[in-house]
Amino acid sequence: MQPRSDGVAAVEPRAREGVPLLRIEALGLCFIPKRYALLDKVDLEIFPGEILGLVGESGCGKSLTGLACLGLFPSGVKPFSGRVLFKGKDLLCLPEKEVRAYRGRRVALIFQEPLNALNPVFTVGYQIEEVLKLHRGLRGEAARAEAIRLLSEVRLPDPETRIRNYPHELSGGMRQRAMIAMALAGEPELLVADEPTTALDVTVQAQILDLLLELRERRGLAILFISHDLALIREVADRVAVMYAGEVVEVAGKDELFENPRHPYTEALLSARPEFGTRKLRLLPGQVPSPGKWPAGCRFAPRCRERELRCEEEHPEMRPVGPGHAVRCFRR
Amino acid sequence: MKVLELKGVEKSYRLRRFFGRGESLRVLRGVSLSLFENEVLGLVGESGCGKSTLARIALALEAPDAGEVLFLGHNFWTLARGERKRLRPKFQAVFQDPAASLNPRKKIEDLVSEPLRLQGVNRKTAREEAEKLIEMVGLSADVLPRFPHQLSGGQRQRVALARALISRPRVIVLDEPTSALDVSVQAQILTLLKDLKDQFGLSYLFISHDLPVVLFMSDRVGVMYLGEVVEIGPRDVFLNGKLHPYTELLLSSVPGRRKRKGPQTIGEPPSLLRLPPGCVFHPRCPEAVEICRKTAPELREIGPRHMVACHRR
Repeated sequence: MQPRSDGVAAVEPRAREGVPLLRIEALGLCFIPKRYALLDKVDLEIFPGEILGLVGESGCGKSLTGLACLGLFPSGVKPFSGRVLFKGKDLLCLPEKEVRAYRGRRVALIFQEPLNALNPVFTVGYQIEEVLKLHRGLRGEAARAEAIRLLSEVRLPDPETRIRNYPHELSGGMRQRAMIAMALAGEPELLVADEPTTALDVTVQAQILDLLLELRERRGLAILFISHDLALIREVADRVAVMYAGEVVEVAGKDELFENPRHPYTEALLSARPEFGTRKLRLLPGQVPSPGKWPAGCRFAPRCRERELRCEEEHPEMRPVGPGHAVRCFRR
Repeated sequence: MKVLELKGVEKSYRLRRFFGRGESLRVLRGVSLSLFENEVLGLVGESGCGKSTLARIALALEAPDAGEVLFLGHNFWTLARGERKRLRPKFQAVFQDPAASLNPRKKIEDLVSEPLRLQGVNRKTAREEAEKLIEMVGLSADVLPRFPHQLSGGQRQRVALARALISRPRVIVLDEPTSALDVSVQAQILTLLKDLKDQFGLSYLFISHDLPVVLFMSDRVGVMYLGEVVEIGPRDVFLNGKLHPYTELLLSSVPGRRKRKGPQTIGEPPSLLRLPPGCVFHPRCPEAVEICRKTAPELREIGPRHMVACHRR
């Protein structure tokens, strides 16, 4: 067991109350070269200390939404509508210099594959110290000591030695821990975790999930947890947003979503994974339409068993169906 | 009837160093298992446990260092060349990433009919057969003149299946066939695999890291850890039975089944170069005792057809 660092007072995870930490309002992203939309009117709120799960299949816009939380857009992708408000400040309007001071400091990002995200030619310690220097002005001995403290906070065994290791010298789980330590170095309030355990073995995945939950408890960190795996989301999230073809189709508290899913797509996702002991799966025909080929009406209509004429002609809006529960469907 | 049998299979690879030869990596250590006719045998394990090497051996893409590989009762590596060649089409494979396993410069039509052409079937018959199979895997004949990049991941995996089926195999080795797919597409492919198995009377060796998927597909399941089979038994024992501590660890790590304050995972699998003495799992095992640190346990039967390699079971 590593010594626990108690620099930060324990914070109770708060329920949704007060002002959201981050609020995405009607965000639309466009792929400039092909002139089609990738995200359309995405609304999301993340409250302090909350874990919001963002789930959907590939190509539905989860990762783009995650990057937008840092004011980042891949090349060729430009926002055409909406705002990304962090504590009331719109990241899309701030000058680049201010956004850079915010990235890593207020919001940090961890990726699926830490081997690609870490720089292979610098030691783990150097890369953490770089963040400490940039965002917290720590140098020399102080930076080194803080880097070791961060590595022990993420329970990397033997941090004094590991700090001198290069990324390739660490195992997959250790690299992910090192990346989390690096993300924590700027003392962010929000962590965007994009499929953080997908590249890991299940037993290691379980350890990383425990670590993220522990960090939330201890630091009051809010986490946007992006994953394609609903079972995983169920383990960690307080609230869940389901995305389909570039838009949010359902938002609800975790228990509400799993016990009382309203959108047919959410239902289908829930029954598509083999559970223990099942011998039959409910099939969802077809696949997610790619951007530029979204149907005019409800984007899920072509795959939906309950579609009616209206679904094919009109585009449904998000509609509240219960406390904190909204769904984009005419029928439910 | 046993369609495939591995007996005491050993496989090592030698690591390269800048100068001279490096250490040897023992990837498979005395693996024995059999696949029966019309059976789905699932194999689970974490990365580096030797699942994929086992797949390569089961497909006779590589010869084992020691042990025997029996195909339909024939000891493959002692057969004459001609006989081996005749046996090979009966064993087919589908891999994880169809984008990598299908030649991007060939049309679907040629990709699917190629195995038949290689067996000397004429172009017309091979084409007709390809058309028939492409429909059996749930695609329409429209895809035949297209190239792999024009298809989605799920469609490509169906093409890979059609290509495997065209030589009317007895066994298909499926190495992580749905790991690269989205859940809804995964459900489609898994259901298709089950249907095809019944239609063609196939046997599957189904390899995956995903325990719920393996339990969904298989009649029997084998669990691998660091190059050994540590447990093998009928599917039902994995749903409620006394299991190897490693299997219990795997089960309790599956999202949705995790016990909040259960026995926690200890560390990560050690390197194959520094295998611990005794039972290879003992450094991570919550139940390890003295004997586990000294003697390696053998597989022994603890229930009907249920074998476990553990001193404590």
